[in-house]
Amino acid sequence: MSLEFSAGAQKQIAALCERYPDSPTKQPVVLAALHLAQKEHGQLSDDALRLVARTLELPYAHVYGVATFYTMFRRQPGGTNTIRVCTNISCMLRRGYEVLAAFENQLGLKAGQSNKDFTLIEEECIAACANAPCAVVGTKYYLDITPDKVPQIIAELKAKPHPESEVV
Amino acid sequence: MPAAIGTKLVTQRFGDESAKTLAGYERTGGYATLRKALAMRPEDITAEVKASNLRGRGGAGFSTGVKWGFVPRDAKKVHLVCNADESEPGTCKDRELMYWDPHLLIEGMIASAHALKAVHNYIYIRGEMMREYLVLQKAVDEAYQKGYLGKNILGTGIECHLTVHRGAGAYICGEETALLNSLEGQRGQPRLKPPFPAVKGLFGNPTIVNNVETLMNVPLILDKGGAWFNELGMGRSGGTRVVCVSGHVEKPGVYELPMGITFNQMIHEVCGGVPRGRTVKAVIPGGVSMPPLDASELDVPCEFDALMTDERIKPVMVREGQTFDLGGGRVLRTMAGSGGVVVLDDETDIPKAVWRIMKFFAHESCGQCTPCREGTGWLEKVSRRVADGSGNPDDIELLASIAHGIAGNTICALGDAAAWPMLGFLTKFRADFEAKLQKVRAA
Repeated sequence: MSLEFSAGAQKQIAALCERYPDSPTKQPVVLAALHLAQKEHGQLSDDALRLVARTLELPYAHVYGVATFYTMFRRQPGGTNTIRVCTNISCMLRRGYEVLAAFENQLGLKAGQSNKDFTLIEEECIAACANAPCAVVGTKYYLDITPDKVPQIIAELKAKPHPESEVV
Repeated sequence: MPAAIGTKLVTQRFGDESAKTLAGYERTGGYATLRKALAMRPEDITAEVKASNLRGRGGAGFSTGVKWGFVPRDAKKVHLVCNADESEPGTCKDRELMYWDPHLLIEGMIASAHALKAVHNYIYIRGEMMREYLVLQKAVDEAYQKGYLGKNILGTGIECHLTVHRGAGAYICGEETALLNSLEGQRGQPRLKPPFPAVKGLFGNPTIVNNVETLMNVPLILDKGGAWFNELGMGRSGGTRVVCVSGHVEKPGVYELPMGITFNQMIHEVCGGVPRGRTVKAVIPGGVSMPPLDASELDVPCEFDALMTDERIKPVMVREGQTFDLGGGRVLRTMAGSGGVVVLDDETDIPKAVWRIMKFFAHESCGQCTPCREGTGWLEKVSRRVADGSGNPDDIELLASIAHGIAGNTICALGDAAAWPMLGFLTKFRADFEAKLQKVRAA
């Protein structure tokens, strides 16, 4: 099925293409266009990749290669909120794995899985080490988390989601 | 005079929400230096930055002024790119710096771009930093509206553009040539060097890639002079150092500290010591890529050269009797890296902590070079079985041999970044690994 960008996204992409006047192609906009395609179509399906390729006049293979390199792009549907829980060294030293386990238990998901409301990710360091353990959901940081705070965080996100697509 | 504890240059606006807006930034003295900078000749700015002994705060600690000097004089198009891809585990300063003081970064970039005669410039911000992206984008929009950015900034005839470019999740994009490939819309895989970016970088043009904290120091240097900045520091390292202390301390945090502060002072005087009456076992001095210090090595200052050369720090060994060779007969002690200080107390399971670090590198290897792609995976697997008590008797030698096989044999430093801490932990905490293997034998 042929997909399209919304008028707003088309405008955003056209404006971004102006920002790289020293590039011979529209290729520098590919990450931004992939973020937009994921926002508007929920995932980067083959059709979404074709849309990005067509829009930026790039080979499909190139767009596929880029989309599959970066961890924020997904080739399957995700939940409204993407919870990125850090378990790297600073978080691990302060019970980060217990926090991740609490999210897994509360959500009934393993890291890497999704339901309608949530995608749970075991994230590498999110640069909030001074407040470990930590998690980030869109523009919202959860700092100094303890396992007993996890149900409250999930309830908050159900009431007021923080989708990553908000910033795209 | 060296900076005292409490001296604040780049963290002076931390905690002041109102300073994020252009009006708030100007009210606290912001953009005053820019007019002065734009009136200076580009080469005079570079000379001032050279005199300041400002060194790159992203990891390598290279002299910023010297780096700028590598741009060919006859270059037609030059780019300045800010590396805001902070993702080195244990490091959380650039995210805070951008959040609290986005205009200081912009002012630093405009002044630096003027020195480099760079017109189209970029901030490459890590994809996961969504809140900071919005803060920066808003600040850039304000700066355009006010005429600090654009075709003819402040009526000087100087053209300077700035675009905030989001990444999409890849640690390797903090490596400067991978970052440039990513900025060009490719997979974030590092380029072979030479040519270095200062000669051939973004879109084939000479490009300078500088860290967030590095660029934020530039307006302060131009305001008060390179000599003043140099004197605040220690040895050949000017200014202060923003460190992020995490792990087993009472008061973890992002602190701007004197370059000459020792790790013992940092941990005990600034961060309130180790909780629950425990003691320090190990300290990672500059992000997980750097070999650790043990408890006897903490009176060394966090300054760049000290960490590389101070003889109180034991050299990293490949095996007993053989030091790791950095080339040119130099031994590897450790490095100041990105300012991420991680404190591990005496009850820490060291092999498990090392496994977590290796898991990170195995996940983040871009896959381009075989020694790193395969080697980091093996380091993860072998360190995991050692940590969980099912290792083989010769696993210590195996880990050392894999790490040694990676180091120096890859296009970029990610391979070294995995190998160095592996060898460093084996050198200084071998008994912890042996104890795990003893348990296997006993069982």
